[in-house]
Amino acid sequence: MSSAAMHELAMRHRLQWWEALPWAAGLAAFFLFPNYLAFGTQVLVTILFALSLDLVLGYAGIVTLGHAAFFGAGAYAVGMLAAHAGWNEPLSGLVAAALVAGLLGLVSGWILLRTHGLTLLMLTLCTMALLEQAANMFSGWTGGFDGMPGLSFTPILGLFEFDVLYFRTQYLYALAALLLGFAVVRVLVYSPFGRSLTGIRENLLRMHAVGAPVRARQVLVYAISAALAGVAGAVFVQATGYVNLAVLGLERAAGVLIILILGGYGRLYGAFVGALVYMLLEHTLSKAYPTAWQLGLGLTLMLVALFARNGIFGLGDALRRRWSAR
Amino acid sequence: MNTKTTLTLAFTAASLIAAGAQAQTVKIGVVLPYTGVGAEFGQQVDRGIQMFLKLNPTAFGGHKVELVKRDSKNPSGAEAKTAVQELIAQDKVDLLTGFIYSPDAIASAPLVSAAKKPMVVMNAGTAWITNLSPMISRVSFSMWHSGHAMGEAAAKLLKAKTAVVGYSDFPPGKDSLDAFMRGFEAHGGKVVDAIPMGGPGQVPDFTPFFQRAKDRKPDVFFVFVPAGDHAVSVVKTYAALGMRQAGIKLIGPGDITQDFKLQAMGDDAVGLITMHHYNADLDNAANRRLVAAWRQEYGANAVPDFMGVQGYDGMAAIAHAVTALKGSMDPDKVQAALKGWKYADSPRGPISIDPATRDIVMNEYLSELVKKDGRLYQKNIGVITAVKDMCKELKQGKCAN
Amino acid sequence: MDLASILLGGLAAGMVLFVVSVGLSVTMGLMGFVNLAHGGFAMLGGYAVVLAMRHWGLPFSAALAFGFAAIAALSVLLERTLYARLYRASELDQVLFTIGLVFVMIASVTLAVGPESQRVELPAWLDGQTDLGFLRYRSYSLALIAAGTLLMLALWLGFERTRTGAKIRAAVDNRRMAESLGVDVGRLFTLTFALGSGLAAVGGGLGAEILGLDPQYPLRYLAYFLIVVAVGGLGRVTGVFCAALLIGVLDFTLKIYFPKGGTMFIYMLTLGFLLARPQGLFGKRGT
Repeated sequence: MSSAAMHELAMRHRLQWWEALPWAAGLAAFFLFPNYLAFGTQVLVTILFALSLDLVLGYAGIVTLGHAAFFGAGAYAVGMLAAHAGWNEPLSGLVAAALVAGLLGLVSGWILLRTHGLTLLMLTLCTMALLEQAANMFSGWTGGFDGMPGLSFTPILGLFEFDVLYFRTQYLYALAALLLGFAVVRVLVYSPFGRSLTGIRENLLRMHAVGAPVRARQVLVYAISAALAGVAGAVFVQATGYVNLAVLGLERAAGVLIILILGGYGRLYGAFVGALVYMLLEHTLSKAYPTAWQLGLGLTLMLVALFARNGIFGLGDALRRRWSAR
Repeated sequence: MNTKTTLTLAFTAASLIAAGAQAQTVKIGVVLPYTGVGAEFGQQVDRGIQMFLKLNPTAFGGHKVELVKRDSKNPSGAEAKTAVQELIAQDKVDLLTGFIYSPDAIASAPLVSAAKKPMVVMNAGTAWITNLSPMISRVSFSMWHSGHAMGEAAAKLLKAKTAVVGYSDFPPGKDSLDAFMRGFEAHGGKVVDAIPMGGPGQVPDFTPFFQRAKDRKPDVFFVFVPAGDHAVSVVKTYAALGMRQAGIKLIGPGDITQDFKLQAMGDDAVGLITMHHYNADLDNAANRRLVAAWRQEYGANAVPDFMGVQGYDGMAAIAHAVTALKGSMDPDKVQAALKGWKYADSPRGPISIDPATRDIVMNEYLSELVKKDGRLYQKNIGVITAVKDMCKELKQGKCAN
Repeated sequence: MDLASILLGGLAAGMVLFVVSVGLSVTMGLMGFVNLAHGGFAMLGGYAVVLAMRHWGLPFSAALAFGFAAIAALSVLLERTLYARLYRASELDQVLFTIGLVFVMIASVTLAVGPESQRVELPAWLDGQTDLGFLRYRSYSLALIAAGTLLMLALWLGFERTRTGAKIRAAVDNRRMAESLGVDVGRLFTLTFALGSGLAAVGGGLGAEILGLDPQYPLRYLAYFLIVVAVGGLGRVTGVFCAALLIGVLDFTLKIYFPKGGTMFIYMLTLGFLLARPQGLFGKRGT
């Protein structure tokens, strides 16, 4: 590709030079913190999950408390295929998870997105809770509360074995999955489809007035987001070799929502910042103060909410504005 | 900012081995829920650990012990797994212990196998946990210990013919149901109804479930609910529905009469019959000593319970391994030292670790709650000695692996 | 089991849900503020009741009154200093703030009192069973039903028959209009917030027998409270009342006949109901 063409491509998608930084940092972390890669993998999985939520929340304006339904759907898809059907090739597992979760998103989106506000919030919550109950009821298939331990997966591309103790392969695998997921989200957001989503979020009435297929767009983005969340869930299970009911729990769903708000929604990198800050804070605080860390975390959330509009990114915006106004 | 809690043992000067007591520091990773829904249980186990160290300062043969404590936060297993990974990779502990919830232990099994780190489980009760890794041994219990023994005792000692089982709908509950049914029906009884009573998360209103049980008119009503609030609610509902007057005895594993909640149950609990490996009223020298020291340390109303004793005994097991190996904790040797370990001085009576399964072997005590001197008291009415985990003995279900 | 017992049992459970959730419904309907810390006020109230009884020897009813007053006062403090800053903020920022507040509440209680659950000592007249003539039933449950109904009537009268109540209803329906008519909406907010939180506190203490009381309370029951509010329709006391009772009775009944899938049915029914009628029982269309 000629440099002019590359430049053109970068401009069209507004690629900035600093967008390479997070990925460089992610790789650097691999070398700098070799003993913390299990934690690192969790962070990467959460970022991907938060990113999928940002697609519906930040860009389409759909507030959901049940996104873990799709995370869990992908997680259990991979888990059950591995445990019951002996299908433990990881990459195809990801595809299966995306399909299952995406389908679930399509169906539930089509049914639920007629409503909005508190009603929609509760409906998404109920859907997720139903899935959780179902997983518990059919514990013969899902392992119930104790889950399905000891899931093993074949090496990625036949070359890279999953590393039980140091999580090296898992970390890079999660990083790659995140890169892919991010690319999808980014392309989507800057495409005409993405623009229409912003339009739907900002001014629903006008979008209806211009005849945009609002409902269809919403359901579509919901399904794509669900597929991505499913991939995050699948990576989670493949990395840890274990799945249980917690993947469908309110704790996970509420947690990712908080992370996204903390980082800043509708900002593409809000997911990165939010997940990193929240999980690092939680991790270090709980090591230092095993019984009292929730206090510090809670205070941080309150302060960010009080003084920043739209999370940490919002804080950054405000600071930047102050700076340039001097 | 402390990243570790260090507990240093005092050298008792005169009585120690004078020459070359090469005191190596043994690092022990302790994974417990210090926050979240399990925090009160984490606290009990933690206190049990501290009590052992306090009452037995020479148990480690002069070797320093460093406890590295990590919060497992919630019962999903994911946090425990991350904590265990870092304890092994970064903190380089010699041994892991703790683990209240089964998912925490289950999630950690592959790690300890891969890294060859001995893991002493201080609570998690799913029966097949010890099968998950040769590095895992358990000093606590499996639901089959109390469930099967209770079934046997209900048929033989209480002469019950019919039973209804009410259980919380998650693996320990189902284990308890299976175990009780096996023990009860093996000795001539019949379980006429098994009622799942909601999940372990919230405390449901037990009235509808108990009403259904009452309508069946069994001789005994065996109830398993997770230790904690559920138990208090169980007792209240049993009384509120007048089930004792209807001739239905309430029985269950000792999880429903957890000691530090016992007094809160009030007079309604009198007559409750339970089977467990420990209650604070057990009459032996070691237990009297523990209860007295516990009260002194944590307040007059504080009392050890089965989780506290499991923490205590877990440390006893680890201390045995440390002294036997003189502080050099080679994993295979540690496991060898733990297998077949016998401990006569446990507050719960004589215990040992079964070399075949690495699970605990202990007495199960049948107790009836009575009122004595104005407080509730567990009266011992029977005992089954040297009880093994029958799930693995009889190769039931997943225990057969 | 006979119909009367089932009904009474369900009603009692529903009453607890009502007492705790009514405040949430009114504040969300009136202020449009998503207060996920509402369960935290219920928990703090429960602890206030327990501690007052334990350390000051207050009898149960007095302790409940104390709980109401203490938590109402605390909520006024929080509302004026912190919540008020977020009235113009986005709903998601409100979510972030209130979740942070819940964490702080949980951690504070754990550190101050301990992680163990607490028992509320019921007075003798609430213990045991009462003879109703056609049935003997648990006294505590009957007391709950009575208390809940009285509260409902009091609130209904307050909202429908007093001027303040009329102002609140007006502000819920159309805040701008109410403001332009001279209603001091800011003061109304504080008043209703205090009332709602105080009621939650009473619910926490009163319902501790059924719902338990420990530091995890606020998050454990949050979903239930939100469901009751959504099904009832925002800002409608009658709505919350009916929704809470409906859910209480259904939950109770289903658990007897289908113990295996009990909770599932609640979610399925809520799902079905809200899809058919998104505004809830008594809410306005287009909310």
